[in-house]
Amino acid sequence: MRYPFPVGKADFIQGDEAIARAAILAGCRFYAGYPITPASEIFEAMALYMPLVDGVSIQMEDEIASIAAIIGASWAGAKAMTATSGPGFSLMQENLGYAVMTETPIVVVNMMRGGPSTGQPTFPAQGDIMQAIWGTHGDHMLIVLSPSTVQEAFDFTIRAFNLAEKYRTPVVLLGDAELAHMRERVYIPNPDEIEIVNRKLPQNEEEAKFPFGDPHGDGVPPMPIFGKGYRTYVTGLTHDEHGRPRTVEPEVQQRLIGRIYKKILDNKDDIISYEKFELDDAEVAIVSTGIVSRSAIRAVKLLREKGVKAGLLKLNTIWPFDFDMIEELAEQVKKIFVPEMNMGQLYHLVKEGTNGKAEVELISKIGGEVHTPMEIVERVVG
Amino acid sequence: MYLKSAYEIREKYLRKDMLPTIFCPGCGIGSVLQFTLRAIDDLGLNQDEIVWVSGIGCSSRVPGFVNFDGLHTTHGRALAFATGIKLTNPNLKIIAFMGDGDAAAIGGNHLIHAIRRNLDVTVILINNFTYGMTGGQVAPTALKGLKGTTAPYGQFENPFDIAQLAVSAGANYVARWTVFNYLQGINSIKKALQKEGFTLVEFLSPCPISFGRRNRMKTAPELIRWYQKITVPLAKAKKMSPEELEGKIVIGEFVDRDRPGLVREYREYIKRAKKMMGWEE
Ligand SMILES: Cc1ncc(C[n+]2csc(CCOP(=O)(O)OP(=O)(O)O)c2C)c(N)n1
Ligand code: SF4
Repeated sequence: MRYPFPVGKADFIQGDEAIARAAILAGCRFYAGYPITPASEIFEAMALYMPLVDGVSIQMEDEIASIAAIIGASWAGAKAMTATSGPGFSLMQENLGYAVMTETPIVVVNMMRGGPSTGQPTFPAQGDIMQAIWGTHGDHMLIVLSPSTVQEAFDFTIRAFNLAEKYRTPVVLLGDAELAHMRERVYIPNPDEIEIVNRKLPQNEEEAKFPFGDPHGDGVPPMPIFGKGYRTYVTGLTHDEHGRPRTVEPEVQQRLIGRIYKKILDNKDDIISYEKFELDDAEVAIVSTGIVSRSAIRAVKLLREKGVKAGLLKLNTIWPFDFDMIEELAEQVKKIFVPEMNMGQLYHLVKEGTNGKAEVELISKIGGEVHTPMEIVERVVG
Repeated sequence: MYLKSAYEIREKYLRKDMLPTIFCPGCGIGSVLQFTLRAIDDLGLNQDEIVWVSGIGCSSRVPGFVNFDGLHTTHGRALAFATGIKLTNPNLKIIAFMGDGDAAAIGGNHLIHAIRRNLDVTVILINNFTYGMTGGQVAPTALKGLKGTTAPYGQFENPFDIAQLAVSAGANYVARWTVFNYLQGINSIKKALQKEGFTLVEFLSPCPISFGRRNRMKTAPELIRWYQKITVPLAKAKKMSPEELEGKIVIGEFVDRDRPGLVREYREYIKRAKKMMGWEE
């Protein structure tokens, strides 16, 4: 297959562009979107590439329609993505919940900017962490990934598609305006260098009768896509294993939501990804995610030069969250610092994880600038 | 037209394990469902190549009762979901079954844009002048003076004429009937299903429970008589003055044309892209 961009070599591109190329290499063939800074360049790249790979790129009337269209596309068999920023992400929440409830694999990119409301369109922020995890109503479970470099934006996008397909779930990729617009060297692999996961399809009529059951015992039902003769009914109402609405039976809701939670939580080890820097002998830990991790890495180096035994835990997956790992870390260190570009969202999760076993301090910064390494160092040394 | 027995249609197309339906006695939704199934049957369409989509409301529960692939989505968004299905697999024929509130209030923007794009879909629209499922609030189609729980003193806003809206936005086929014009209704659905692009058949449908009760028409027959009073066939309407048409609803076939549908336009777009990039001659 011919690709509309060079593969098997490095290129110097923006984060947004990297996400678009990764999506195409991951097999995405349906993109629907609505323009918004700083995610528009993802759409513009998709608009250029998609027709050339016989995929669809369409500008919908708003973000509600965009996420709706990709869910429809997924049920028709396509790997599908949309990208937006805060205001658009807020509009998508109802249908994000629909994707959770109907177990539809989709990828939703949110390149965060300052908020609330239209806020700071061209400046980065990390204010949507809680919205990504808990934005839609009801009890739900999904996956949230958080890249910090353009290369990671590329790699995590492929991973987002794979996780979505593997667990039949929406995956949110949380970037930010800095990452969206900065250019870095990215290795764009050959397709044969990439591991691609495709959703389980029913192997026979019998399996197809349980589109929301658990025929394989792994919590992830095969997905009978439309047009194959299985005559599947998909509803956002509470439904039984066959897809039939059962809205007034408590046990049906418990079983359904229970399985949606379980299929993700039982596979935490596969889904959760993080990196540790200099943590082995650390007495002070920094926990961070996304763009701020870059300053945090530098801060650790500077702290070590000063003789402070500091280390960094960089979270690549922010949901599901590994509360146990944070507790272990809290048992090892005296204090944990959480630098983030908001008024304290990751901080809440970390603090809960420590279970009171270490002091946790938020290093909050808002307004549109990433923390400098020195800002983190100064707070750590006090 | 030869009409098969309702029993045969039911046996062939309904999901027995989903019955009974949620519809109240005297509700018109079941009749319109029957018209749609008869149209599919008459045309001999392949059941496995049709997807039913819907939003939220009484009307939107229809896809659950028929033995086809179906996507019961969020309130008002059915056509946006349909856009993704159709462009991903153009072999699928899409029927969107929607209520007037669903289509024209919360879904109004999706409706006009789906029509503008000429999305290849057949909309079967149940206009009962009310929000049936939530218990009788006024819908954007409610004629002035009609009562609803959110306009207990009679609607004071102007109503939407969804069929006319669809014509102006560019639909390929638009017709409106009451559920009592069953032959015209079935024929219109048949025409709509055979056409490329956006097609819409609107039905004035009785909702005795949420709507009729509040407007002194507690039963379906009373609503029938009211529909007979307020509807005017298109040919006759053409000879009437605007004053005479005040408070009346015109029924008939409003447009029948063949503009290229979204699927065809997108295929051309792909060809153009490849040509412009020098990938293909
Ligand atoms: C976002 C959202 N808002 C409101 C509702 C509540 N709701 C359910 S059905 C409905 C109206 C249905 O009316 P209509 O579309 O006319 O269909 P009918 O029931 O009359 O067939 C509303 C407002 C909802 N489900 N979702
Ligand atoms: S409330 Fe009205 S529209 Fe809904 S099922 Fe009853 S009669 Fe039909």
